[in-house]
Amino acid sequence: MKDLREDILNVIETNSRISMEELAVRLGADKEQVVDEITAMEKEGVICGYNTLINWDNMDCDKVTALIEIKVTPQRGQGFEKIAERIYKFDEVESVYLMSGGYDLTVFIRGKNMKEISNFVWNKLAPLESVTSTATYFVLKKYKEHGVALVNTAKEDERMLIAP
Amino acid sequence: MRNPLSKTIESIKPSGIRKFFDIVNEMTDAISLGVGEPDFDTPWHIREEGIYSLEKGKTFYTSNAGLKELKVEICKYLNRKFDLNYDFNNEVFVTVGGSEAIDVALRVMIDPGDEVLIPEPCYVSYLPCVQLTYGVPVPIPLQEKNKFKLTKEELLANITDKTKVLVMPFPNNPTGGIMTREDLQEIVDVIIEKDIFVISDEIYSELTYGGKNHVSIASFPGMKERCIVINGFSKSYAMTGWRLGYAAGPEEIISQMIKVHQFAIMCAPTTSQYAAVEALKNGDHDVETMRKAYDQRRRFLLKEFERIGMKCFEPEGAFYMFPSIEKYGLSSEEFATRLLMEEKVAVVPGTAFGDSGEGFLRISYAYSIDNLKIAMERIEKFVKRLEAK
Repeated sequence: MKDLREDILNVIETNSRISMEELAVRLGADKEQVVDEITAMEKEGVICGYNTLINWDNMDCDKVTALIEIKVTPQRGQGFEKIAERIYKFDEVESVYLMSGGYDLTVFIRGKNMKEISNFVWNKLAPLESVTSTATYFVLKKYKEHGVALVNTAKEDERMLIAP
Repeated sequence: MRNPLSKTIESIKPSGIRKFFDIVNEMTDAISLGVGEPDFDTPWHIREEGIYSLEKGKTFYTSNAGLKELKVEICKYLNRKFDLNYDFNNEVFVTVGGSEAIDVALRVMIDPGDEVLIPEPCYVSYLPCVQLTYGVPVPIPLQEKNKFKLTKEELLANITDKTKVLVMPFPNNPTGGIMTREDLQEIVDVIIEKDIFVISDEIYSELTYGGKNHVSIASFPGMKERCIVINGFSKSYAMTGWRLGYAAGPEEIISQMIKVHQFAIMCAPTTSQYAAVEALKNGDHDVETMRKAYDQRRRFLLKEFERIGMKCFEPEGAFYMFPSIEKYGLSSEEFATRLLMEEKVAVVPGTAFGDSGEGFLRISYAYSIDNLKIAMERIEKFVKRLEAK
């Protein structure tokens, strides 16, 4: 069962639009079984959503992403959970990770422009009580995301049409 | 002027479907299911190791038999995958693809007039390579009803006192047939009793499905000493263009094969050898990922053939389907040519792999699912038209 789950996840991780019929055929399983496993994994929090991978750079609109390294003072009895929660609840925040190493939290933020992100950092993040320092890095270009290269993805099939 | 050509070379027929290949290769807008090589790029960490070797200036010949480090890794691999035990020092050497190994093995084992048994349909090179050694190729037509396995009866019926070598092309190109341990046991007894040798082309050994792992015929008791195992990197690691394979067997035969290789080739490409070390050391995961992808396509195509009503036995190896087209009343070549002209889908007629391939097509699934979907829609249109008539 664990194998089937892993196989399902490996396929839908890169193609969440696949039909249940096709998924079942490709994995050699019953459609009902596949649907049941997916439903169960949704309930168990294994599958947390179905996103679309978008290269916003190719859209004519303003989007800026920044990575922010944050040092915090962990709170007694709460560790990092409380402060992480205070941060991830902001809509502007895309992801939050607790890190090993020289700082504590990595936060990805998306905004319309640099000014909007700066404002957010100065007005919302930096003043938080347990935040001791922040370092903000703006993303200039995204080359690869979620295992998919975002640049020069089209590649011709260079093989001969027929080969023994 | 005298005829510059030898009688031998003139007696060897060019590939019967040459004409068909020429037509296909001109039709650039066709969708192809005709290729016998993986659609995956060589995994990056393997390519990167090749690049690194170039940067370090590893641009010289290696020893004739190949890099020691690679031979060691090959022996480890053969042991952990197929329970085979070879000494890296004198029982294995690195070749320019599996193809060179096939050629050289036949050259060192065959005297004029010796008979070589070749189960068909099969890869195109065995028969002409036998002819080049003045040996006599003896095709054994395999049956769809036996899942294109070689049976004990078929083998016995073709052995004469001139039989010297049996070629074992499993997992098979073009049928996708495999030989399980039980299947092999039956014929192993015959091989030993009749004292014949085996050239086992196991290039598709990593690509078997349905939990049936490849079994090497050389792993049976009494077989190592009469068996040359041929394998390579092309199919398992998607490394066709690197041209790298190897042969393993008893020192008595391998040392002679190295002699031919030494005179004809010198050594296999150095860059490829460095990359191959990385493939064997850290490539198991890549192999498994690709195998799973092929398996999904295989299941998808099986279902599609069932849906459009084309009879197709379930292949358990390689990356080919071998559906029957008998019911449409066309020869394999007619079917393939018309499919190409009318629907712009290129497949290979079964007859490219021996006369016993008549009535079949080879469909490669070394293509993305999206590509397979479009091709199957077109094939469906084509066969529906044939059925309507």
